[in-house]
Amino acid sequence: MLMQFMLLFSRQGKLRLQKWYVPLSDKEKKKITRELVQTVLARKPKMCSFLEWRDLKIVYKRYASLYFCCAIEDQDNELITLEIIHRYVELLDKYFGSVCELDIIFNFEKAYFILDEFLLGGEAQETSKKNVLKAIEQADLLQEVN
Amino acid sequence: MALKIVKGSIDRMFDKNLQDLVRGIRNHKEDEAKYISTCIDEIKQELKQDNIAVKANAVCKLTYLQMLGYDVSWAAFNIVEVMSSSKFTYKRIGYLAASQCFHEGTDVIMLTTNQIRKDLSSPNQYDTGVALTGLSCFVTPDLARDLANDIMTLMSHTKPYIRKKAVLIMYKVFLKYPESLRPAFPRLKEKLEDPDPGVQSAAVNVICELARRNPKNYLSLAPLFFKLMTSSTNNWVLIKIIKLFGALTPLEPRLGKKLIEPLTNLIHSTSAMSLLYECVNTVIAVLISLSSGMPNHSASIQLCVQKLRILIEDSDQNLKYLGLLAMSKILKTHPKSVQSHKDLILQCLDDKDESIRLRALDLLYGMVSKKNLMEIVKKLMLHVDKAEGTTYRDELLTKIIDICSQSNYQYITNFEWYISILVELTRLEGTRHGHLIASQMLDVAIRVKAIRAFAVAQMAMLLDNAHLLTGNMQRNGICEVLYAAAWICGEFSEHLEDPNQTLEAMLRPKVATLPGHIQAVYVQNAAKLFATVLRKHEGATDSQAAQETSQLLVERLPLFVQSANLEVQERASCILQLVKYIQKLQQKDVEVAEEVSALFAGELNPVAPKAQKKVPVPEGLDLDAWINEPPSESESEDEKPKAVFAKEETKHSRPRHTEVDEKELARRREARKQEQANNPFYIKSSPSSQKVYQDAPGVEHIPVVQIDLSVPLKVPGMPMSDQYLKLEEERRQKEKAEKKKKEKKKKREKHGKGKKHDSGPESEEDITPAHHVDIVTEEMPENALPSDDDDKDPNDPHKALDIDLDKPLADTEKLPVRTHRSEPLKSPGEDGDVESVPQEPKKRSSKEKKEKKKDKDKDRKVCQLDFSVRRITDSNKNGCYLETKWVVYTHLWAVYDIQGNLQDGSQVVVSVIFENKSDSFLKSMEFNVLDSLNSKLQRPEGAGPHDGLVVPFQLPPGVSNEARFIFSVQSIVMPQKLKGTLTFIVKSEDSSTHEKLDFKLHFTCTSYLITTPCYSDAYAKLLESGDLKSSSLRLEGVNMPFHHLLARICFHHHFSVVERIDSCASMYSRSIQGHHVCLLVKTADQTVSIDAKCDEPSLLGNVLDEIKQTFSQC
Repeated sequence: MLMQFMLLFSRQGKLRLQKWYVPLSDKEKKKITRELVQTVLARKPKMCSFLEWRDLKIVYKRYASLYFCCAIEDQDNELITLEIIHRYVELLDKYFGSVCELDIIFNFEKAYFILDEFLLGGEAQETSKKNVLKAIEQADLLQEVN
Repeated sequence: MALKIVKGSIDRMFDKNLQDLVRGIRNHKEDEAKYISTCIDEIKQELKQDNIAVKANAVCKLTYLQMLGYDVSWAAFNIVEVMSSSKFTYKRIGYLAASQCFHEGTDVIMLTTNQIRKDLSSPNQYDTGVALTGLSCFVTPDLARDLANDIMTLMSHTKPYIRKKAVLIMYKVFLKYPESLRPAFPRLKEKLEDPDPGVQSAAVNVICELARRNPKNYLSLAPLFFKLMTSSTNNWVLIKIIKLFGALTPLEPRLGKKLIEPLTNLIHSTSAMSLLYECVNTVIAVLISLSSGMPNHSASIQLCVQKLRILIEDSDQNLKYLGLLAMSKILKTHPKSVQSHKDLILQCLDDKDESIRLRALDLLYGMVSKKNLMEIVKKLMLHVDKAEGTTYRDELLTKIIDICSQSNYQYITNFEWYISILVELTRLEGTRHGHLIASQMLDVAIRVKAIRAFAVAQMAMLLDNAHLLTGNMQRNGICEVLYAAAWICGEFSEHLEDPNQTLEAMLRPKVATLPGHIQAVYVQNAAKLFATVLRKHEGATDSQAAQETSQLLVERLPLFVQSANLEVQERASCILQLVKYIQKLQQKDVEVAEEVSALFAGELNPVAPKAQKKVPVPEGLDLDAWINEPPSESESEDEKPKAVFAKEETKHSRPRHTEVDEKELARRREARKQEQANNPFYIKSSPSSQKVYQDAPGVEHIPVVQIDLSVPLKVPGMPMSDQYLKLEEERRQKEKAEKKKKEKKKKREKHGKGKKHDSGPESEEDITPAHHVDIVTEEMPENALPSDDDDKDPNDPHKALDIDLDKPLADTEKLPVRTHRSEPLKSPGEDGDVESVPQEPKKRSSKEKKEKKKDKDKDRKVCQLDFSVRRITDSNKNGCYLETKWVVYTHLWAVYDIQGNLQDGSQVVVSVIFENKSDSFLKSMEFNVLDSLNSKLQRPEGAGPHDGLVVPFQLPPGVSNEARFIFSVQSIVMPQKLKGTLTFIVKSEDSSTHEKLDFKLHFTCTSYLITTPCYSDAYAKLLESGDLKSSSLRLEGVNMPFHHLLARICFHHHFSVVERIDSCASMYSRSIQGHHVCLLVKTADQTVSIDAKCDEPSLLGNVLDEIKQTFSQC
């Protein structure tokens, strides 16, 4: 389920995190972000989490004030992508301790580090939450020792 | 307390950390842009400082600003600096920034190669991890080529943490550098059986991803995957494998048969919805690929449909949506199994979620039959009335038309009903699809001859009630149908009951408010009608009525003659003149009807849309050839033909086309195709007839007009489609009854068909159309060419990975091993940098020989001994570059680089990467160097000056590791060479031998330089100070672009460019002991002159010598 990119944005449409697993120009990235944020925010709350967009499938889910939005390819599994989003939220939650949008805003680099331990090149590299958190903790430790 | 003070000063040092920035942005909502621009200015100042902590903080802030959409590409070099920090804290930030900001066009990426290589081989697994993660985001073809071998080595790292990352990133490497696939594949395959589940899962991921794109090369892996599928309990892995099998089965049907059982077992047993969904999808794919109609598989389909029904009935919108999606896949091959769930699908049309309703609509498209079409469309018409929002209503409208018109109106049994549906759809005000309805009306009226009388009557009524359609809105899309109505009434006017009335309706003053193209059709068809009316009256010898009609036209047409639309005006004045002439003839009692009708005689036949394209090119006709010779270029200005309307701007016009040869044309065509393929907005023709509807992006911008449908715009006297439905049902019942009677009479009962009206599906053949319908097929030219459906995207990056993996690996395919930017050195016989006397002069393996041959570097010399020596330059952790040399030996490869220590001007660190290339175990390695007066190897306390240092690791076969040795140096103004030896034990299965390798370490003056950025003002001050001694150098015959030259100096000799003006540049570097080195490089006609200044003349002389040597080698 090679993920193409992941975006986190707020209900107001502010981008909180972006991770691109495909090479695109900055212009293209901005365009996609703008379009998707608009499309997803326009959807009603009761609507399902999937939509077809260009030749991709968008899987998104809202957690509190944040939207987590992933793009996958046509044959990919939407449900496992939702699972990935959920895992990531759980990881953030464990790491920050009941995470909120402000945690991600003020510690955005940490949010990236966690994501990078969880996904690599758009693939889930570690399905064990424990292992991801362990890796992050040890890396953080190393950072403090430095 | 003390800590607090320190902390405070640190805080002050970082004027603003990331948190402050974020807070600041939040506090400056109203003037955000201004605030951020001041922040960026601050960051620029911070980046100028030497303190790496300040730089890292600045880069971190930039990463945040990049996310907000600000351009930070200017700081790319600073990001590289931070990446190169030896501290993990900063390295992490540097790599994060790089992975967010770098892309293939970022030019500094090429500087990172050796830094990344170094981090990859770092003893700290988190350094390696962070480098791999970063690389996965910004890997370029160059990086992939240069690092493929390093990453491949990491796939066998001792730590699973690194192994799994290395395995995953290999996929990106393959994409960028397809040549690496074959050499790396065996190891990747090995990882499928890695003891660590994470690594195994990563390998499955990568291979599945590869196999999905080019399945045929991976068929041989099917047994292995089959074993994995039946043994694994990891749902993530299972999903991947199952997906892979979905891709493999079309190529190997036997595999499909074997799969059905385990898949159905999984469907029965799993509780994970994602796995269930994947299984169902794959079973569907397998069954599609198997030849249909295998009776034992209907059970599997039934199972899938059942499971999907459960999904669709679930309250979770997501499952509902996916259930419908999967259902539509089954529909394509097993429509019968889905059709029995029509009730459920129709229910979904009432769902509150629009995307689910649209999915259900897609399904309905495939579910219609002759039997249920009218019923389904009726249901949809109800939804059209109820629908909120134009988007969904328009979607319904197009779907209705799609459903009805699919496969050449296959399911329509009653075209009167269809025409009524179309007429009813015209009630939809504000729809964008007036054009669609119009084209359907035209199509049906033209192609179904039997329906023309009815259609004409309906259209006449539409024209008569046009005011209801055009209503209150000028720019109403629906008025397009009037275009069709007018044309149909005109063209088939012989079927009109009262042509006079229609003619009158078409000439009402209100018509002039319609869009121009419609008015034009009105005018033209009024003339056709006029002809019909004349003929009718003359037939009845009613000359009075005929003259009245002429008079009507003469009175009404002037309105159109005044039209602003050229087309309308032109047609109207033509026809007006014609009518006036006819009027004159009529007054003379001349019969004109025959001649006027002759103007519009002949039948218009429908032509297939692709007909034009399919006309075969007659033999001997070359479409690309010039008809007339193109004007020769030598034509002088005044010979050029005068422009007809306006003077051509000859100055700006492109030069006239010269003869374009075949190749050029092909190239242009290719370029255009490429451009189109790359342009996401170019709509590529899709070969499938079934359209996929989705919300067009940007639909939200269209203002949604609330339409008050409380007063339904029922056109008086129109037959409602519902009536047809009823009639049709009655008719069918009657037919059925009759048939039954007949059947009874013949006493020949067919088996398998229920007698009751609604038990069991009715076979299509039972329903006969109400009218004898002759659907005229569209005309195609004779000998139409078969269509070319090659729609494969030539730009698909995965295409390059279509590589046969079972072929044995050729020697030439080995991965390049650090061969880039290498320079030959003197042959080892004459004072080589490294001299080694191998203990066992073994023959070199042919493998190694070939590998060397393959090396692209033309100027590299292959040494005659058992090793070769090369020197490549490298970047070190502080963003500066240093030399790397390496030793190749049958057992051991060693690469070393020398790195100045910025903090301590009397130290250099030599990092040596040892790689075991043999099949034996290498252990007890000891490194020793014969100290010189100037440079000494730092040994642990208590050790004697001649003791060796034990290398703190052992090397299993194929493994590499890095060791660092610190040297203290006193003077750095001269280059030097140190002799040393490495001893080690080679342990093979049955024996162990002691081996010794002699080498020399070359400390060049360049290796004491550290790339240090310098700003032009500081640079100018430095030059002005007058403390510097100067020297110069001339290089002749340097044949390379100036920026390459600069890059070479930067790269090999650790300089940075201060300023560059045309073919002149100033450069700067600093030694570890703080000497400033300034260069002024000028180039003209292959001659490069370098004026240099430095506070230490001998250092400068040596550096210049080294620069000279660099260029003499190129």
